[in-house]
Amino acid sequence: MSVEAKTSPNSLRQTPLHALHLDLGARMAPFAGYDMPLNYPAGVLAEHRHTRTAAGLFDISHMGQILLRPKDGVLTDAARALERLVPADILGLAQGRQRYTFFTNDTGGILDDLMVANCGAYYLLVVNAACKENDESLLRDSFSQNFDVEPCDRALIALQGPKAESALAHLAPDCAGMRFMDVRELSIMGKLCVVTRSGYTGEDGFEISIPSDVAREIAEGLLENPDVAPVGLAARDTLRLEAGLCLYGADIDAGTTPVTAGLTWAIQPIRRHGGERVGEFPGAPIILDELERGPAIHRVGLAPEGRMPVRAGTPLFVEEANEAPVGHVTSGGFGPSLGRPIAMGYVPTALSAPGTKLFAEVRGKRLPATVTPLPFVQHHYKR
Amino acid sequence: MLKFTKDHEWLEIDGDVATVGITAYAAEQLGDLVFVQLPEIGTTLDKGQEVAVVESVKTASDVYAPLAGEVVEINEAVVNDPSIVNSDPEKTGWFFKLKLADLGSLDGLMDEAAYKELIG
Repeated sequence: MSVEAKTSPNSLRQTPLHALHLDLGARMAPFAGYDMPLNYPAGVLAEHRHTRTAAGLFDISHMGQILLRPKDGVLTDAARALERLVPADILGLAQGRQRYTFFTNDTGGILDDLMVANCGAYYLLVVNAACKENDESLLRDSFSQNFDVEPCDRALIALQGPKAESALAHLAPDCAGMRFMDVRELSIMGKLCVVTRSGYTGEDGFEISIPSDVAREIAEGLLENPDVAPVGLAARDTLRLEAGLCLYGADIDAGTTPVTAGLTWAIQPIRRHGGERVGEFPGAPIILDELERGPAIHRVGLAPEGRMPVRAGTPLFVEEANEAPVGHVTSGGFGPSLGRPIAMGYVPTALSAPGTKLFAEVRGKRLPATVTPLPFVQHHYKR
Repeated sequence: MLKFTKDHEWLEIDGDVATVGITAYAAEQLGDLVFVQLPEIGTTLDKGQEVAVVESVKTASDVYAPLAGEVVEINEAVVNDPSIVNSDPEKTGWFFKLKLADLGSLDGLMDEAAYKELIG
């Protein structure tokens, strides 16, 4: 058996919470150019379960936070400009609200998926770590001199789980009044933070953008609560997989459209055919046409039979022997809350109905895997 | 007699039968295991052949036959509950027992002191 060395190269970037991770005994690993905590001494399974039953604290400071600010203070101009890059209704996004969307390309593929929050004077965009430089260039190239595109070096933490609200309310009581996808500026331990009620686990919770010099103080303030435990990136991945949420670079990328990925709920009617501001985002003709005709392939959930994990890249078949693969797995592993393997992948639409029996080929053997509805674990958002 | 391989397996040798498992160091590096696949009893193995699979939450890893021989017993307990390999890797978390083809082949294995030096 080969075992990876635990040392991380020196060239990796560090988040403002790096020293805290080391003090907490984290096992560190490179992720998107950052030295990040994979898991803490409790281990990925315990961290996963703690998030589902209490509250997990995640450092997600590697993600990009970009402020988009109109120089003349007129936010609707920035909304119209953003709508040239994403298929979401940005103009209709009220102050204090956040929305999921994606940058598309001319062939209808996804360049990155992101959150857009209307903070009144500016939009706050939270983008994937591996895409943030490209996203920033895209924004600068697309926007006129009338807007400032400001990457910000604040820390970003997520507090997720059924006890996230009570834990954060100890430090910022006003958070309890927020509902799913609200955004507020809240004072936490005397420091002004931008808080959204959102996350990437399927649980209720918050993402908190913090000035980097006070990030550790606030993280430790939250960790003082016995309901809160640190959770690493390994459990973040099993949590989002159970919640049926896409990982950019795995389940979605420049070659997958929002329609095949089942993300059409994020394309509001006003941007579709018949809508007031139809199209005018990259790849709109392809995406809107596919939306009407229905996609040839579709992202589905898969429940492999038995206990063997079925991982990304695994080919999928209709028959137990011979014939060519009909699809492939894009994310897969063990679902700790379910105690069994789960996966997501792409299959032809004719094979995408829940209950369809397929086979996944792992180490030369074809294992039965049944198409199942997503998510695997129900979401618990506070709507 | 306890021996180790550079591939992070341990062997407890009793006569011509070796009980084989993965080391505490390997189990810790892999993290929480969620799946163990063991060979069938009666399987004849060459040294270095892939014999078992362990999967953590993140990755799958092969376990290689540390020596040539025949599988005479397997530990179903670790198949049913892979967490035993994390909690007790070098005792109850054993994988299989191998009837050795050649006792002379033990010379290539490490003792505990040499293995500890390897993992640092």
